[in-house]
This record gives sequence, structure tokens and C-alpha cells, in this order.
Amino acid sequence: MKVRHNARRIQPGPLEYTRRAWMRMILLATFVFLYTPIATLVAFSFNDSRRNIVWRGFTTKYYEKALANDGLIEAFVNSLSIAFVSTFISIILGAMTAFMLWRFRFPLKPLYEGAVTLPIVIPEICMGVAMLVFFARIGWPTGLPWPLNLGQIAIAHVSFSFPFVAVVVRARLASFNPEIAEAARDLGAGEWAVMRDAVIPHMRPGLLAGGLLAFTLSLDDFVITFFTSGPESVTFPVKVYSMVRFSVTPEVNAASTVLVVITVTVTALALWIQNKQSSEARG
Amino acid sequence: MARQRKHPLVFWVSALPPSLWLFGFFLAPLAIVWVLSFGEKRGLIDVEITWTLANYVRALDPLYLGVVAKSLWISGVTTVLCLMIGLPVALGIVFAPGRWKPILLFLVILPFWTNLLIRTYALIAVLRTRGYVNFTLEWGADTLGLPFEPLALLYNNAAVVIGLVYVHLPFMVLPLYAALDRMDKLLIEAALDLGASQLRAFVTIVVPLAVPGIISGVILVFIPALGSYLIPDLLGGTDSQMIANVIERQFKRANDWPFGAALSFLLMYLTFGALAIRSVLAKGDGGLEAK
Repeated sequence: MKVRHNARRIQPGPLEYTRRAWMRMILLATFVFLYTPIATLVAFSFNDSRRNIVWRGFTTKYYEKALANDGLIEAFVNSLSIAFVSTFISIILGAMTAFMLWRFRFPLKPLYEGAVTLPIVIPEICMGVAMLVFFARIGWPTGLPWPLNLGQIAIAHVSFSFPFVAVVVRARLASFNPEIAEAARDLGAGEWAVMRDAVIPHMRPGLLAGGLLAFTLSLDDFVITFFTSGPESVTFPVKVYSMVRFSVTPEVNAASTVLVVITVTVTALALWIQNKQSSEARG
Repeated sequence: MARQRKHPLVFWVSALPPSLWLFGFFLAPLAIVWVLSFGEKRGLIDVEITWTLANYVRALDPLYLGVVAKSLWISGVTTVLCLMIGLPVALGIVFAPGRWKPILLFLVILPFWTNLLIRTYALIAVLRTRGYVNFTLEWGADTLGLPFEPLALLYNNAAVVIGLVYVHLPFMVLPLYAALDRMDKLLIEAALDLGASQLRAFVTIVVPLAVPGIISGVILVFIPALGSYLIPDLLGGTDSQMIANVIERQFKRANDWPFGAALSFLLMYLTFGALAIRSVLAKGDGGLEAK
């Protein structure tokens, strides 16, 4: 591989497509298409004009307005509360699933693995509908005081997040050296001690990365939440949706920018941790 | 890996909580919807399970069949467009200088991290009658002294396709990149040395080697596009409703749960069908898929 790379660098051959003007045009056009909408959204959240089209100078007044909007803040607090609770439960359930699938052979295992990945593959609308029908049919109590009224949403979020955590942690466990566990057992450690002192510490980066993933999934989800939330339990994306239906305003831009910054930061953190752990595994 | 019988306690302690959750809060809700799809509506909220197939038969009504066909058509067009844009982009990244590769890949993935609702909203601001595209066109027409009529870019099928391509492009570029990056670049060089044109080298070498990536990308774009709710809801007009929008209407407005349940299982069967096609195709290409 190395030799080939060097050979190409010395001899700029016909394969350097990226140097061709048409290829650069395609790449540029694609990135303009991908970034213009988000970039204008962020830029115009600082624009000192209601009309949202012409630039009239820098202002942060729409952020102040969004902060003063009680409904928006309440929805934001709801979203964060749900994200924390569902992430916590998802990490525990996901770690258990990953551990069990990694450690044991059992009858019908492929079927079980299929069932665990099902929440990842089925259309969101189907899952949302299933949750709506489920809570209505079993007569889940409504009108509970905060934060109990967020229970349904948190349960639905755990159901679609913990399989993602399981996938991430399972990948991490693949690099666990079983000889360490064997050595511990030879030295007289019981199953629990092996778990606590060898397996769980090895899992930790996977738990962190999976947890951050679950957090952003929960914070970002609209469709499934839309079907499980009532008038008393509105989350941030559901609130933004109802605002978007009315009109395009700088206030919505400001609120959206805040959410984008949070999720991008958390995802970047998760990826960075995963990268670090995979380079550790290699090194 | 050990048999579960060897350490029954460890097995059950780790298996039971997630399994109970999976059955109680995921498979049970799905099962309820499935049973409901064989029910009959009695009154406002009462449903009687009579194991009738009427809801599925009703889904074959030309009206709903038309919605299914439209959904397949819109997601098909989206997939083809993503492939047409994604293939050159993936190729460009594969042949980019080493230090540019991670940057370009990152730029492809980054929009994918932002909230779907917010990206859709951002598109509304760009495409609406008083949006940036029309504003730019008006400014251009004004400078040239031409009359200007704002284009209706929003609330039609084209807007839905634009939105779906915008959101799903990374799903196409990444598998294509993964497939093409493994390709032995010397093959193209050899073809060119032997007198093949760039186009011929592309068609006979690059495209066949990209097939596993194309299959993955097509499935990864087609499935979520087919089930998408938010984009047709916010960007589409009255005639660009897709399956998911009809399902939502049955549950939230029309209040016909059995019919909505039947439709949502039809959507799920379509999804599983697409996944099954993928696994069959992947098996045929097994050698390539496994590097």
C-alpha cells in the first residue's frame, strides 16, 4: 500500500479526479446544497429583522426572546429530563444485552438478535403508532403531575435507544481479551468479581459512547415522541414543530440553533471517544 | 462464548431485564397493533377484534393504492437522485489527497447530526415564496431589468424529493465510499494504460466494484425515505402525502385505528421486503462484501 501511494504522489496521473474542474464543481455544489439551509438558519437567528431575508445587523434579541418564552423553556426542560432518564436506563439495558449476546450461546439466538435490532430498522411511524396504541390500550394513567407525565415518552425512547447502546457496547466487547477473565478465574475470582474488575472497566468507553448516542437520539426524536406526547407533555422538537407550522420566525431559528449546537457537540464527543477506543484497541 | 446452562445465574441476571423491556415495551405494542389491524371499528374509540381482513382489503382501494404507489415512486426517485449525486461525490472523496479525505467525509456526515425537523425547517426557509432562492432570483431579475414572478418551490412533490435527497444523501455516500475505497486503483490505471477511455473505465471497472456499496446505499436511502413522515408533512402539498402521513391521519384525525394499524403493518412488510432483497443480494456478492 505504501509503495503505491508514493508512486502516485510522484506521478500525478489520470486518476487524480479531484484535481479536475468538473469533479470540484460537483463536490462544491453538493456541499453548498448540504450546508446553505443550515448555515442561513444559524446566520439569520442573529439577524436584526423580523422578515428574515435581508441582513439588518447583528443581534441576540431572538435568543433573549426564546429564553423568555415559557412554553419553549418548559419543552426544553422536558426534553432534557427525558433524555437523561432514558439514557440512564438505555445504558444499563444496552450493556446487559451486549454482555449477554457476547458471553452466551443459547437456543434461538439469531432470532433474539433480530428482535433486538428490530427497533433500529422499523419505520419510526410504525413504532410511534405502536406506542400510541399500547399506552391507550393498557390504560396508562394520564394527567399525572410532572415529571411522571413524561413516563410514556421516556419508555418509548428507551425502547428505540437501548438497541443502539447494545450495538456500540457489543463492538467494544469484541476487543476484550478473554485470557484476562481466565487469569482472574484461575486466581480465584468469582463471576461477579470478573465482571466488576475486568469486563465492566473494559466496557466503559463503549458505555460512554453508547450513552451519548442514546442522549442525542432522545433529544432529537420527533416522530415517536409526537405520538406519545400529550398536551401536558410537550418536548422541544414537538414544540418547534408546532411553531414551524405557523411561520418562519427568527425566534424558531434561535431555538433551533441551540438544539443543533447541543446535538452536534454531544455527537462529536461520542465519536471522539469511539475513535480513541478503536485506536487504543489497535495500538 | 459459553452455554447459558453453565452459568445460569449470570445468564438470567443479564438476559432478563432487557428481554422483559423488549417484550413489554416494544414487541407487545407491535403485537397489539397487529391484532388491531384485524379489528372492526365500533363507535368512537371501541374496536372489536373480529379477525376480519376488511382493513387490508380497504388498503387495496385505488385511493390508498395510489398513495402506496406515490410513496414508492417518490422514494425511488429520491434513491436514484442520491445515487447520481452520491457516486461522483464518493469517487471524488476516494481520489482526494490523503489529508482532505477525513475532512470531506466529515463534511458529508456533519449535517446528518443535526435534527431532522430543524433541517426540514431550514429547507422551508430556503424554498418558500419569500425564501432565499426566490429572493436571489428576484434580485437577479431586478438587476437585469426582467419581470419576476416568485417560483412555487414549496408544497409540491418536487419539494418532497428535494427534502428527502437533502436528508438521505449521507446514507448513500458513506457505503459507496466504503466500497470504492477498497477498490484497487491500479485496475483503473491498467485499463487507461490499455487504451480504455475514462468513461469506459468508469463503466466497466468502477461501477461493478461499487456494486456492494450501491446495494447498501440504495437500501439505506430507500427504506427510511419510504417511511418518512416529517418531510412530506412539512414540505409536501395536498397531493404529495405518503404512506406515513395517511397512517398518522388514521390515528390522529380520522380516528380509524384498525385501518391505520393495517396500513402501518403494510409499510412494515414493505420494509422487511426491501431488507430481504438486500440480504439476498449481499449473499450473491458475499466475496466482495467480506472484503
